[in-house]
Amino acid sequence: MADKSQLCSVWVGSETGILKGVSLSKKQAFNFCEMSCLSRDQEVCVLGWGDPQETEVLVGSVNGTVKTFSTEKGIFTETRQCGESTHGRFTGLAVTDRALITCVETGLLRVWKEGSTDTVEINAGKNVCRMRQNPSQRNQVATGGKENGLKVWDLERPETPIFTSKNVRNDWLDLRVPEWVRDMAFIPDSDKIITCTGHHQVRVYDPASPQRRPVLEAQFGEYPLTALSLPASQDSVVVGNTHGQLAILDLRKGLVRGCLKGLAGGVRGLQCHPSLPLVASCGLDRFLRVHSLEDRTLQHKVYLKSRLNCVLLSSRDLELSSTGVTGDVEEVKEEGGELDEVWDTMEMIKEKAKKRATEEEEAVVEEAEKKTKKKIKVVK
Amino acid sequence: MDVVEEHDIQDKPTKKKTKKPKKQPKPQHENGDDSMVEKTDPEHVDAPAEFSFPPTFSVSEIKNKQRRHLMFMKLKQEKRKFEQKMAMKKKKKKERDALGDKAPPKEVPKTIENQRVYDETTVNPEDEEVAFDEGTDEFSAYFNRLTNPKVLITTSDRPRGRTVRFCNQLATVIPDAHVYYRRGLALKRVIPQCVARGFTYLMVINEDRKVPNGMVLCHLPDGPTAHFKVSSVRLRKEMKRRGKDPTEHSPEVILNNFTTRLGHSMGRLFAALFPHDPQFVGRQVATFHNQRDFIFFRFHRYIFKNEKRVGIQELGPRFTLKLRSLQKGTFDSKFGEYEWVLKRHENDVCRRRFNL
Repeated sequence: MADKSQLCSVWVGSETGILKGVSLSKKQAFNFCEMSCLSRDQEVCVLGWGDPQETEVLVGSVNGTVKTFSTEKGIFTETRQCGESTHGRFTGLAVTDRALITCVETGLLRVWKEGSTDTVEINAGKNVCRMRQNPSQRNQVATGGKENGLKVWDLERPETPIFTSKNVRNDWLDLRVPEWVRDMAFIPDSDKIITCTGHHQVRVYDPASPQRRPVLEAQFGEYPLTALSLPASQDSVVVGNTHGQLAILDLRKGLVRGCLKGLAGGVRGLQCHPSLPLVASCGLDRFLRVHSLEDRTLQHKVYLKSRLNCVLLSSRDLELSSTGVTGDVEEVKEEGGELDEVWDTMEMIKEKAKKRATEEEEAVVEEAEKKTKKKIKVVK
Repeated sequence: MDVVEEHDIQDKPTKKKTKKPKKQPKPQHENGDDSMVEKTDPEHVDAPAEFSFPPTFSVSEIKNKQRRHLMFMKLKQEKRKFEQKMAMKKKKKKERDALGDKAPPKEVPKTIENQRVYDETTVNPEDEEVAFDEGTDEFSAYFNRLTNPKVLITTSDRPRGRTVRFCNQLATVIPDAHVYYRRGLALKRVIPQCVARGFTYLMVINEDRKVPNGMVLCHLPDGPTAHFKVSSVRLRKEMKRRGKDPTEHSPEVILNNFTTRLGHSMGRLFAALFPHDPQFVGRQVATFHNQRDFIFFRFHRYIFKNEKRVGIQELGPRFTLKLRSLQKGTFDSKFGEYEWVLKRHENDVCRRRFNL
């Protein structure tokens, strides 16, 4: 179990309550679930990293429990009850210095401190669809929902939000434009927040500017946008809607740069890799897909028998296959181009590491030059 | 692999055999029902008689010499081809018989169904996760015998005669079905009322240019909504050699060829339309046959002439369905989440890849 969980670079939560780990390099998926007692009220609503080193995955379920899964040990280490199922589903999960932040659909945002049972509570309005944490300033969170505009909260001042957005002006018929924030993200290196709505709009808000209305608005498609993610390169955003259409939008002008094809069902979870130009998407069609952002092709597609709710990517390189990546092997990968040199260095390494090095080698070879060095059949 | 035969028909092993030859479905379904029944092997008929001339015609009656010559040459060519073909067949048969046991196995002709690209979502019967998923999905209430199906059939606004007759015939085929006139009501408002009155299915037949062309099938408490394209509708009057009208007995249900995960969901959707226990006294059977992503619906009455031979009569309407989208939740085309959407351009890439 432990070695399987250490291989996985993508974590997916499903509606049946199973946490699935996928290793893209080995093209295998593993189910991690407690015993064989599955039930629908353990359906995974949110996934989040428990710590910055990405060794713990926090799994929030419909019945209000937050389970901690350790990737190194391969088992669920802790379970916490953070609310009941009557409060609504989890819409956001985040961690700041030893405190857990959870938000549910009824708008109750709670900060659970470790050790003590009392919580700091914030009421974020009704019908909250999503809560996200600012990756650079860990005590800021944003919430938004149906008829509940974007609000940015500072957890040290729980009474009022530090930024409340204002709805756009009435449309050309002088009717109020309905608002429905489905997902949001903080743009790194600036104060801005980008949201996607159920009325197929993508909006950028800037708390630093005097206007509370959106700074930029773009539209895509005709169906509600359910998920949003910011890739490593600036100035673009990937959005997905309920029809299975994924698009990359340009933030400078608000135009569609391109669409990613392949999804057949509504997108439930979307995440871009922090450094590589890859985006992982999961949805109701029971597939996890990884697309490349540069050429918009499908890199990986994995069938994961249940409907998928959320996806979590680890920051490490997805093609890197295994655990215990030794220093030698990393050097081998970085050298890249000169294959002969690499073969020479390989002979000098011991048996076990050699196996892994050859695996690396195979990955590099297949990517880089497609030579027929595959005669070395390493038993994986 | 044929999956999910709804009811236990182990006592009727030969029934399918007699059905299959009739069922050579044409996915393009442009032709009428004639093609289905009459696709018999023309080999035993005289091959040269391919033109539809009156039987007393002979080449020597044409007065124009050139034309007579041409016709005669054509006739000779065809006869020659036919003879060659027969000769080849005979030779092959002789070789086969000569080799006896050592003969190479008979070559199976390649069909699109044979060449179908393996779909990774094909359900493995022993898969626990899929079994759990199906055991707790929206249809579990029906399959655990907690509810009985009750169907409401309606149409789009202001239906014309053909659609109305189709709905009425569907209501005779599906037990406990009620037909209501639409009166321009919004479906989103109709649905809570149906739920309050205990309906389990809402079926809306959409009409275009006086002909039914679409169907929305919505499983009621909170279940999935499937949107189909309906084509090739044949009402009872248009059926050849049909039997008398169907009786009130619950039919058996046969679901053929729903192999993938999506196919399974569809199969369960159709199965939940009919009551659990078929009344074998009625000897009626409703078949949903999936081939190349088209679902063919037929309604028959069977009778066992003796242990091995079954006679069937087709009653009831027949139509073909093609799934266009499956939406999670009750009907909400604007804001609902879709589990599967037919995207034509992505499906046109490979002719041998199917979804159901």
